[in-house]
Amino acid sequence: MAALLIQLGLPDWLAWAITAGIAAALILNVIAVGALVFIWAERKIAARIQDRLGPTRTGGRFGWLQSLADGIKLLAKEDLMPEGADGLLFRLAPYVSFCASFCAFLALPFAFDVVAQRLNVGVFFVIAVLGLEVFGVILAGYASASKWSLFGAMREAAQVVSYEVPLGMCVVVPVMLAGSMDLVTIGEKQSGWATNWYLFHDPFTFVVFWVYFTCAVASVNRAPFDLAEAESELVAGFHTEYSGLRWSFFFMAEYGSMFLVSALAAILFLGGWNGPIPLATLIGLSDGAGETAHYLARLLGCVNLLGKATLGVLVMMWVRWTLPRLRIDQVMTTCLKYCTPIAAVMFAGAMLWTLAFPGGLFHGGRRPAGEVREGWLSAVDAQPSLVARSAAVVAAAGVADRAGLRSTVSAAPAADGVAVEGVGAREDGGAWGAP
Amino acid sequence: MALSIDDDPRIIEFDVRTDEMLVNMGPQHPSTHGVLRLVLRTDGEVVSEIEPHVGYLHRCAEKIGENLTARQWIPYTDRMDYLAAMNMNLGWALAVEKLMRLEVSEKARHLRVLIAEMGRIASHLVGMGAYGLDLGTFSPFLYAFREREKILDLFEEACGARLTYSYITVGGLTADLPPGWLRRCEAFLDQFAPVIAEYHALLTTNAIFVKRTAGIGVLSRELAIDYGCSGPVLRGSGVDQDLRRDGESIYTSMYDGYAFEVAVQKDGRYPRDHAYPAVPTDAVLGDCWHRFFVRMLEVVQSMDLVRQAIDRYSACRGPLGEPAKLTEKIPAGDAYLETECPKGQMGFYVVGDGSPIPWRARARSSSFSNLSVVAELCRGCLIADVPAIVGSLDIVMGEIDR
Repeated sequence: MAALLIQLGLPDWLAWAITAGIAAALILNVIAVGALVFIWAERKIAARIQDRLGPTRTGGRFGWLQSLADGIKLLAKEDLMPEGADGLLFRLAPYVSFCASFCAFLALPFAFDVVAQRLNVGVFFVIAVLGLEVFGVILAGYASASKWSLFGAMREAAQVVSYEVPLGMCVVVPVMLAGSMDLVTIGEKQSGWATNWYLFHDPFTFVVFWVYFTCAVASVNRAPFDLAEAESELVAGFHTEYSGLRWSFFFMAEYGSMFLVSALAAILFLGGWNGPIPLATLIGLSDGAGETAHYLARLLGCVNLLGKATLGVLVMMWVRWTLPRLRIDQVMTTCLKYCTPIAAVMFAGAMLWTLAFPGGLFHGGRRPAGEVREGWLSAVDAQPSLVARSAAVVAAAGVADRAGLRSTVSAAPAADGVAVEGVGAREDGGAWGAP
Repeated sequence: MALSIDDDPRIIEFDVRTDEMLVNMGPQHPSTHGVLRLVLRTDGEVVSEIEPHVGYLHRCAEKIGENLTARQWIPYTDRMDYLAAMNMNLGWALAVEKLMRLEVSEKARHLRVLIAEMGRIASHLVGMGAYGLDLGTFSPFLYAFREREKILDLFEEACGARLTYSYITVGGLTADLPPGWLRRCEAFLDQFAPVIAEYHALLTTNAIFVKRTAGIGVLSRELAIDYGCSGPVLRGSGVDQDLRRDGESIYTSMYDGYAFEVAVQKDGRYPRDHAYPAVPTDAVLGDCWHRFFVRMLEVVQSMDLVRQAIDRYSACRGPLGEPAKLTEKIPAGDAYLETECPKGQMGFYVVGDGSPIPWRARARSSSFSNLSVVAELCRGCLIADVPAIVGSLDIVMGEIDR
């Protein structure tokens, strides 16, 4: 994208700024539209679980416009601020929450290389930025000048900070297996059949996945860990005093985070954008099938990832509408007495297992995970990011320009050449996993 | 009482002075079952003291009763425990009948049992569902309301109203059942019986539910008796008392010939307990779990009674009998009668002076006594336990404030 703009004669900085703007806008839309869809889905699912119909009329069948109608209602609502509230912090809090949730999406790949900014510490970035969401909640609780809000904020602070520990431990396991903190690399390491997924890598990772999911539910404050907004105890917890648009920002942040932790679960344990069967490879969308096939394969990857993440979100909804809420001390017990030790033991277990059987559960020691690839190029470690790829295009375009053939058509194969060269240069990187 | 900083300087930890906070739970709060106001004194999440304030729903019902005839006051009893209005009607009707020495026909007697037990099922369904709501699970509430709705449909067919029935009245009932009603009622019972297993799966045996209720808010047998608790709250503490068996003869004679066991734990066992989930190991007699469980058992019990009442009612020939006239004179004297309502022992007191209008009409609310233990039960619990305890008492503010 940036390369194209540079090619059109824009200065570099402007081209990158425009690209970044477009990426940010796209992610913003993913969160906003995603929240709308999930809110609608939650209503329908809750309704079906409870033997009701849920929204049926707004927007024709299935009430699919219900969330939008709600959004309009929220826009039109009076924006109240309680007397005695700290105005600046009160206004700031929802945006802090939302920004944290939003920023974490920056490093989240939706398919191979379909990522706003590929980071070599992607996992770390996502977890760290997601942890910032709690600041918004604490601010909201503190600034609302309401005792119930304060209770909610204190609970959230205690809970989220505690659950970061086992969550981090769980996340470290796939990082260790992949030998990288780059989400794109972790996802691509699991390509091929479903047996390559880290979920099935060994018994320890299988357990870790469930621990991760529990902690993820807790860290995004969903039932049965939704103590910060426990309506039967704390009225509405930290957002008791919020109304209208500000409240909806909290809501969007919640749904954004839900999706994010589910997508992270998909990438870390469920093969990311790789389907259970390497469909793209089987129908010939893989290496060397051309530019169109390349994009189709990525689209398929996007569908895969979104599907898995949505499944995670649906499970969270299912849990929410089934289980009662835990008490604060029980939540902490679950974290400190169960999740943390289990995660620690499983981490050690996965480490030893990898030492003994580098290929994982299904492939013994013979075959490294990720041999059958779905996607474009075979060696992931060598795959240049969007940036490098664009640079290659620019370089190629430069060559072509000098030759007097300023044409993208001729530039494309040249770019491939550059990328494939990269593979050769870092062949040894692919052999990680052997002890 | 929690210690203040002046009593013990060691309270200061690491130079941080921890203050207590006074929080109002209610009257506008999602889990106070109406307009109950609880003032909590909390130290962080721990509640050191709790004080219930009542009166937000006071509607002068008793004073109004001194200006209306006995039958005219029936609609006001509907609005006391509006979740079990049939049982309220019955309580007042029986108290007035006791004073007037009225006898109702055999058919009316069985119909009253039928209707009152259906009312008990409906009330316990709300209690159960709302308890789930208090613990943060929404679905059981709607599962309960789905079934309650069917009972309300039946009541609507019988008397035309869905909430404030005024069906049972002094001297009988306002109308006989419409044709086909008994068949529909039996169909309801048949389809309702397996649904109870769902409730047990969603709540009674749910691990989180047990964690939240077992061993929480333990009400000892002595305390329950001292505070005048009644109904499932009393039986949940292991006291074997049920006015349907132990009450005054005018009330117990209604249940003459009916077979039922009081749902109370005796020698560590509940009646017919093989048919129900086992008592969890953490549960202590008198805790929230037992109060909840007793209600669930009473639902099954009431279903049994309804079936028996259907048989007896359909065996009766002849008319239902007319209720007392609206302006029937009440003899001079007084009468007090307590009946076993779903929430506990509801008493009505009537003083007559020979005119159709009672000189005095009073009600003794079971929920009021049951609520009074909340200060004892909540001492030292966590904030999250407060809704769990208040919910397990299953109070209705309409009855407390009248």
